[in-house]
Amino acid sequence: MEPPAISCRRLDMSQDAGMFVVPQTIGSVLCCKCGVPMVPNAANMCVTCLRSEVDITEGLQKKVDLKHCPECDCYLQPPKTWIKAQLESKELLTICVKRLKNLNGARLIHAEFIWTEPHSKRIKVKLTVQKEVLNGAILEQSYVVEYHQQDQMCESCTRVAANPDQWVAAVQLRQHVSHRRTFFFLEQLILKHDAATRAIKIKQMDQGIDFFFGNRSHAVKFVEFVGKVAPVRSRHDKQLVSHDAKSNNYNYKYTFSVEISPICREDLICLPPKVAVSLGNLGPLVICTKVTNSIALLDPITLRHCFLDADQYWRSSFKSLLTSRQLVEYIVLDVEPVSSEVNVGGSKCVLADAQVARLSDFGKNDTIFSIRTHLGHLLNPGDYALGYDLYGANNNDIELDKYKGLVLPETILIKKSYEEKRQRKRGKPRPWKLKSLDMEVDNSRGRGDQDKTNNEYEEFLRDLEENPELRFNMSLYRNRDYQPSEMASVTDGGDVPSVPLEELLADLDLSDEEMGDDGMRE
Amino acid sequence: MATRLMFENSCDVGVFSKVTNAYCLVAIGGSESFYSTFETELADVIPVVKTSIGGTRIIGRLCAGNKKGLLLPHTTTDQELQHLRNSLPDQVVVQRIEERLSALGNCIACNDHVALSHTDLDKETEEMIADVLGVEVFRQTIAGNILVGSYCTFSNRGGLVHPHTSIEDLDELSTLLQVPLVAGTVNRGSEVIAAGLTVNDWTAFCGSDTTATELSVIESVFKLREAQPSAIVDEMRKSLIDTYV
Repeated sequence: MEPPAISCRRLDMSQDAGMFVVPQTIGSVLCCKCGVPMVPNAANMCVTCLRSEVDITEGLQKKVDLKHCPECDCYLQPPKTWIKAQLESKELLTICVKRLKNLNGARLIHAEFIWTEPHSKRIKVKLTVQKEVLNGAILEQSYVVEYHQQDQMCESCTRVAANPDQWVAAVQLRQHVSHRRTFFFLEQLILKHDAATRAIKIKQMDQGIDFFFGNRSHAVKFVEFVGKVAPVRSRHDKQLVSHDAKSNNYNYKYTFSVEISPICREDLICLPPKVAVSLGNLGPLVICTKVTNSIALLDPITLRHCFLDADQYWRSSFKSLLTSRQLVEYIVLDVEPVSSEVNVGGSKCVLADAQVARLSDFGKNDTIFSIRTHLGHLLNPGDYALGYDLYGANNNDIELDKYKGLVLPETILIKKSYEEKRQRKRGKPRPWKLKSLDMEVDNSRGRGDQDKTNNEYEEFLRDLEENPELRFNMSLYRNRDYQPSEMASVTDGGDVPSVPLEELLADLDLSDEEMGDDGMRE
Repeated sequence: MATRLMFENSCDVGVFSKVTNAYCLVAIGGSESFYSTFETELADVIPVVKTSIGGTRIIGRLCAGNKKGLLLPHTTTDQELQHLRNSLPDQVVVQRIEERLSALGNCIACNDHVALSHTDLDKETEEMIADVLGVEVFRQTIAGNILVGSYCTFSNRGGLVHPHTSIEDLDELSTLLQVPLVAGTVNRGSEVIAAGLTVNDWTAFCGSDTTATELSVIESVFKLREAQPSAIVDEMRKSLIDTYV
């Protein structure tokens, strides 16, 4: 029978109020077991005696199995989560501590690794626990738990080991045109948005790229991304690989076929009558000024413009009359603006009457065309310009034939040409570079094809320099190999458009070594 | 000498017994070995009285007394009071007091000269303590505990207090009581000193959980090794003779 415990708390308030407080020195009492002087505690026993009396780590787990995937250095967190963790890392410590089942009411205070040989397949963790013992005395004790790494491959590694290129979904991205410009552009967009990080394999194909994914949802996500940046039409199919009738499991391979519209920037298009009418009698000869998820069309003669979204386009799915490969170089002899500056879908245009001559004719005959162009703000007499030569072209387009009595202009200028000035810069490196996707290329088709691709890439880079609008969605990196020569900076002042230095991103140093030779293309 | 014993598997012997220099009270209904331990130690010097107080056996916590008197709570029955008056020596004044805090043993700690009391005791009770027990009364706390009777035990020769008592408190109490004090424990680290220990000037009884260390502390602070009842009587006689001569 113990007396009723009435505790009288000394009020700490007295101290705050500035009252005099008798100083209290804590004395020492003898430990009731061994008799050493000690500071009185709740058990009135010295720590060593208390330890010998009670073992708070009794019944706690001292040996635990840990499933470890040797392929990817993952650890299993039951029931089925695999977590990647380095030895002696914070993550691994979390996994280890979580594996302990019950701490018997003890409180975990501290945990740390004890170094072990990595190939001993043992991880030792020193844990410190606190627990209340003997009338409220709190005892702290540390003990070592040994974790036994048991190697077991995780699900994804098992799958990879069984069949290294096991893909579940493939996205076949195609554009049926003669050049790869669209894909160079798309590649940069994908890199910028990290859209294809989940791809297992990327393969360059004729007229397109194939993306392979380990999961259907990753492919769907990628298709959605492409649908946001290009006018596409897609369909998907699945193929049954295996199935388990008992558990109703079906294994499919999915294929997404994504077709990008063949209309590219700077293409000349003859709109089908129906489309022309539905767009308010636009055209019918129009040029495509921009392609995003919709197509921007501009009538160069009237400066009327409109946008066609993917749906509208694929309903009629017309083709271009002439494409940028058929551009012919002209020399501008005279320009006479007709209108003032007009804002057409974000870019400025000035309608002008111009007199031009084909560069090939220049000095040979006197064939001069008087035409109307939308490039009045760019062109000056003596400039070079690229345009479609309708005068010399031999068209057999079904759409064009449907228009009876349509008078074709002799020339439609598309853009100013910097070819002459660029001659001087040829062969010099650019101050910037682009990253490229890790793509498998089929090199079996010969050298000519390679040259063509390189030329197209060069053209694409030139396009980027001339069009700030195109660069908008891209990451350009500073080329550290580039050393600006003094000559260049003096002579090529501002004539040829180039990328301002401040737009460039510094490349991350870490990735430099891997990226150095194959990842980068100048 | 200090003796270790048990009352019905309980080590709180201070609850079930009360030892002073003039008498010893033990709870009724205990085992024969419990009684015989007291009797072998004390019977030829002072009376060992079996009693209950208010019908309960927790007599050590309910009464307070020294060689001059015994205070009983208001719950004490007339028969018990009569029994005690009959059993105790004539010079011991037995008094029942009307005090709201009826566990007098928990509220009062005393030797033959001074007493510490619970801070909330009545003024009348305090006077009664001074009159009956013939002591000076101090209202005190021990290491922040107001139940001074529970957390300390002292005789005319020394005292044991709650282990958490600070050195300043120890000094102060020691000055008040005029006996050496030490902070310590009984019953293997129990801080309820008076529950595990009952003591007079020449002997002590403590719970059987008390360790050898605790026992040695008790024996040295209460000076039990050299103490014999005869030694005290001799001393008394000397002084008596002194006064006579």
